[in-house]
Parts: sequence; structure tokens; C-alpha cells
Amino acid sequence: MNIIKIYKTRMKAILFSAFLLVILSAASSCDTDETQDVITLRNLVMSDEFDIEGAPNSAIWTYDIGRGPNGDGWGNQELQYYTDRTENVKVENGFLLINAKEEDFEGAQYTSARLKTEGLFEQQYGRFEARIRLPYGKGLWPAFWLLGNDCEQNIWPLCGEIDIMEYLGDSPNVVFGSAHGPGYSAGEAETKEYTLEDDRFDTGFHIFGIEWGPEYINYYVDDALYNRITPDDVAGEWVFDHPFYIIMNVAVGGSFPGSPNEETVFPQTMIVDYVRVYQ
Amino acid sequence: MEYRKQINLKTIFSFILVLIMLSSCERELSDNAEFATFPTTAEIFIDTPVGLGSDFYFPFLGSKPTAFSVDNQEGYESDASMRVDVPNADDAEGNYAGAIFRVDGVGRNLTGYDALTFWAKASQGVSIDEMGFGQDFGENKFQVTRTSISLGTNWAKYVIPIPDPSKLTEERGMLWYSTGTQNTGGFGYTFWLDEVKFERLGTVAQSQPAILNGVAVNQDAFIDVPVQLTGLTQTFNLASGNNQTVAAAPSYFTFSSTDIDVANVNELGVVSVVDTGTATITATLGNVAATGSLELNVTGPFDFAPTPPIRDPGDVVSVFSDAYTSAPIEFFNGFFTPDGQTTLGGFIDVNGDGVIRYSELNFVALKTVNRVDASAMTNIHIDIKVEDAQIDNGDFVRVLLLAQNPDGSENEASIEIPSADLIAGDWISFDRPLSDFAGVNLSNLSLFFFVSDSTISNILVDNIYFYK
Repeated sequence: MNIIKIYKTRMKAILFSAFLLVILSAASSCDTDETQDVITLRNLVMSDEFDIEGAPNSAIWTYDIGRGPNGDGWGNQELQYYTDRTENVKVENGFLLINAKEEDFEGAQYTSARLKTEGLFEQQYGRFEARIRLPYGKGLWPAFWLLGNDCEQNIWPLCGEIDIMEYLGDSPNVVFGSAHGPGYSAGEAETKEYTLEDDRFDTGFHIFGIEWGPEYINYYVDDALYNRITPDDVAGEWVFDHPFYIIMNVAVGGSFPGSPNEETVFPQTMIVDYVRVYQ
Repeated sequence: MEYRKQINLKTIFSFILVLIMLSSCERELSDNAEFATFPTTAEIFIDTPVGLGSDFYFPFLGSKPTAFSVDNQEGYESDASMRVDVPNADDAEGNYAGAIFRVDGVGRNLTGYDALTFWAKASQGVSIDEMGFGQDFGENKFQVTRTSISLGTNWAKYVIPIPDPSKLTEERGMLWYSTGTQNTGGFGYTFWLDEVKFERLGTVAQSQPAILNGVAVNQDAFIDVPVQLTGLTQTFNLASGNNQTVAAAPSYFTFSSTDIDVANVNELGVVSVVDTGTATITATLGNVAATGSLELNVTGPFDFAPTPPIRDPGDVVSVFSDAYTSAPIEFFNGFFTPDGQTTLGGFIDVNGDGVIRYSELNFVALKTVNRVDASAMTNIHIDIKVEDAQIDNGDFVRVLLLAQNPDGSENEASIEIPSADLIAGDWISFDRPLSDFAGVNLSNLSLFFFVSDSTISNILVDNIYFYK
């Protein structure tokens, strides 16, 4: 990310840009050392640019349907029923739209969608990133995350979870990235927030990504690398050395975000410009 | 060849030059023009007034003019702030604190900001009635009001969003407030403001404008009777995740009518009704459609009360009539809300002809400035038109006269107009002998009540006078 940007800027070779660069690098100087790790991860191995209208590409995406295996809102008392209907998930004008709606459906008050690449695209290590505009409002809980492909055998959190981006609709300028494993899951997960000081995540697109290699996961938003998690940081076994698959969803309500309130506007849409994975 | 080449180079060079000029000039010119004329100063008070000039403080009529001062002990992360001492309700110099802070000079260009922000605290937990900006004692064209601002006893930051910053190219009204002691039992308190400035927070988003408080209203209207649009608000979601609603002046909105030959709206939110038919008024604010609309059903011109006969001035004591010299009115609607009054409305001007219109009537009082002496008269006349669709058995309008005597005593008397004497949609003239109002001192009449106990909701009243 940073490397490509810097390269492009240099190509212009304009004094003003150089001046800007100095300012930019001065502003984010604490990150520069860590960005050195990403140089190798530029080989695009999977991408969905969402250019074909209609249902998402079935060669890449499948769905979780309903309210979770135990019918308990995916273990979080979430209020939505996930469907693969056009009303909840579709590709339109070059974007993937995940729509959270307020409607009575199969006993739930809300519907939404949860896409995943399980069994279709799974990878160990790499750079995973997506360009997303997020919804807003109390109770909205969208996420772009990875789950270990061995959760059938090694029950969560043993199989590992990497949350590239999570966000609560009532904190519209804050996202957070986390890693869950044995001894550090749910409320105890290794996590860090990233705050936009003078902007929000629901008014424009932002790039959310990780650079994941042996013994490290780097988290970034746009040009800012804001966290690095290594085996030294986690309070248990490091469980991120096997293939993971991608999940994108918009949850509504539940024990973590709390329920929508009278100010929450529905429908709410998470708009995804692209998902790209590099190796 | 060489010559041609030169031309080409020249042409290309000048073409590029033109391109550069076209692309850069346009931006720079407008920027320069605005900067040169109207300063973009953001700060209003940072330990001292900033850029306001010398004559910037204008207290409201009836407020205590000395309520504002600069406090040189208190401050947010400093030792100076704006201090407002809200007076006790019985303060002879004024029973509330209210003022505008207006730039003494040219207005500011605030288009680069999205909110007025400040730090504030109070001597006790208290709700400040109204604060905002855009009030300049001129047209108040871009006035913004945030109501019921809850201040605590420690410093906290407050945000008053700008409904549409692009409108504020030349604004002089930097700050205003108005607050009394209705919520503190009549006892005064102090609040402090500091770091008062416009800011571009970048987190003011998700615009949700509304007119008529977001309600789709349907009402009758009459040719040449203008209608003022109300309930104009703008709501933004803030970084806190909470919505903040402010009242926004009409000029922030762009209004439209489905049929401008029936009704059209000006930038002050006044709907002119020009012909019969139906027209729906809607609005946008900064290209976002406002919720709420006003559908007007125009059936024709206004139906006026019968014109009273010409009388000798000595034979008439008039309270409210365009036919006679009438008493000055203190208020047409006392809005005794704490006493359970629901009645809305009051005086309306129909092209220079005054009429009283009440809606949601349960009871309402009209008060004259001076006591009315009807002791030499023999009869009272009132014209009433019920605008409800129908009148049921048991519905009534009671007319109550209340005297406020110089010795402080009050007495009253009333007559009741039963449903049988009223016709929905028609003016009815009532003439009653004053002997029907036994017990009231006719020399000191002050308040004129209309009471329906909600049996009848909408009435027009005209030509209230005494005669002999």
C-alpha cells in the first residue's frame, strides 16, 4: 500500500509533491519502520472487483444463512436473520451491497447477509484488503474478517479468528482490528482501535487490510499501519499458521453493539468496492 | 520546417498555458475573491473576543443587559471565559439572559466549517433554553437554534452543527443565547463558555433535514392568505454516534411546489396562495430531501365575517374589529401551556384584514393592553365560525369575560353558546345583552376567554365589540 503510493508520487517528481511527501512521512513517521514488511506481498492471487451485476460470484462467495448453528444470533444474541436474497446482498454499479433491513422475517426483526469464501478461497498468510464504505447507527456491527478453515475439528477459538475490520455504528469514526485464539478470545481478544480524527467511515470509502506472515499480523487503514500483533502479544498459543477464509457481514444488535435505537435509520448498507488478496 | 516547428511549439506552449490558466485560474479566482472580501476567521472567543470588533454585544429586549461579562478567573484550560449571569426572575433589570454576538464589520465566510463548537459549564446542572448562531438583528436569514442544552458543573464540549455551510458566505451572527429561570424555580445561575469557534470537525454527517417536523400535513388554505412553514430542522449524526437536531432558518432550504400556479414558497418559508387547486410543498437542504410536506387544498378566497354596521363612535367600545377603532391587544393567545392549554394560533392577517384563528382549542385567552370599559354599553357582539367538519350535540363555545380591577381583585362571567346555535363552516353573529354577564365589573375588562373543553377544535373569531 504505502510502497505503491510512494512510488507513484515519486514518478511525478514535482517539488510540491516532494514537499507533501515530507509532510506525510513526518505525520506518519512512527509507522515507517513497520511498513518494510509489506514489500514482498504484491502478487495478486485473488480479487473480486464486483463488476458483474446480480448475485455475487458463486465461485468465490457462499453464505451463512439464518441465526447461527444454535439459533442464538451467532453466539452474540444478534437480532438479524442472514439470507442470500437480493434484498440483502447483491452486486450493483461495481459494488457489493450488503443491506441490513428492518423487517419481520423467520421470527427475526432484521435481515442482513454474511458472505464467506469457505471451501472456495482459503489461504495461509498474505495481504488481505477491502475497500469499504460502512453503514452507521446504533446497533449496526459490520465486519470484514478471517476464520480458520479447521473450526470443525478445532473448535473456536482454537481455529483462530483475524478481524481485519470491525466497527460499531454508534462510533462512526472508529474501527478496530483483532486476533482471537485460545486464551485470548471474545472480550479478551488482542485488539486495537483506529480513529479517524476528522472524518468518518460511513461517508466515504476506506481501505481496511492486514499483512499476515509467520509470527506477525499487521493491521492498516488506508495509508496508516496502526497495529502489529505477534506471538509475544497474545496471551496464548499462536494459531495463525494455517489457511483461513474471508467473511464479510453486517450484524444488527446483540450483546456487543446493543440494539438499534429510535435514531437508527434502516435500511443500512455496507458498500464494498473490492476485496483483494496478495501473496 | 523550422518555422513551422516554432509555431507548433508556440501553439502547444500557449495551449498548455491556456489549459493551466483554465484549470487553475477558476479555482484560485473564486478562492481569492472570497478571501479578499470576507475573512474566514473561525474563533469567536478564545480567552478574549476574537475579531468581533468593538461593538459586538447586543442584549435582547427585556433581558438583563449586564448579564454577560468576561470572567478573568474561570476558563477552559485557561483563566478567561465568557460568563453569563442569568438573573433571578424578579430582577428589575431583566428576568432572563439573552444576547447576540455580532461581528462589528464585514461578515465571515464560514463555508469551510461544519459546526459551532464551545466548551461550557454552569454553576449548577441546568438546561440552557436556546443557543445558536446566525442571528444578526437583520434578516436572521441563516439563524440556527439548538434548544435545551444540558450543562453540567464541569467543562464539556458542545457542538451546534451548521445545516449547510455553503450558505454562510458572509455571516455576522456569530453566537446567540437566550435562557431564563423557568427550570430553576426563578433563581439565577451562571454559565461559562470558552474556546467558542467554528470548526471543520469532519464528523458531522448523515444529514436528515425536515420541514413541518417531518410530518406530511394536509390543510385547507385560502387565496391571498399566506402560510408560514414551520418545524424546519436539520439533524446530523455526530462523532459521538448521537444525532443532533437544530432548528434551521428557512433560507437553508430550497422549497418547491407541485403547482406554482396554486402555491409557491419564497426563501423565507412563506407560502403564497394564488389560486384554487391543490399544491404540495416539499423541500431539500443541501440536495438532501427533507422529510415532511405541506399539502394545501385551496378552495377559494377567505370567507370573512359579515361586516358590522356603521355606528356612531360613541356607541361602540371595540376590542377587535377592523370596522371600528379597537383596543390594542397584548396577546391573542396567552399560551397557558402549564395550565393545560392546548390551543394554538392567534392573529392572522388576511391581506390587511385581521382575523383570529384558533386550532386545537380547549381554552384560550385574548388580553388587551389596557382595561376595556364597557360599562356604558348594553350589548356584546362576536362573530364565530367553526371550522371543524361537523358539530356534535353537546359541543359548545363558552365566552368568558374577566375583569382585573385596580385593587388587584378579579371577577368574571360567561355565556355558553350551545351546539344548536353554531353551524360548521358558517360565520354566526352573536349579539347578547351585557346583563347576561352578571358579576363581572364591566369597567375593567381585561381578558376574553374562549372555552370549548376540546368539544370544538378549530374556530375563527372576528368583530368582538360592545355597543349600545
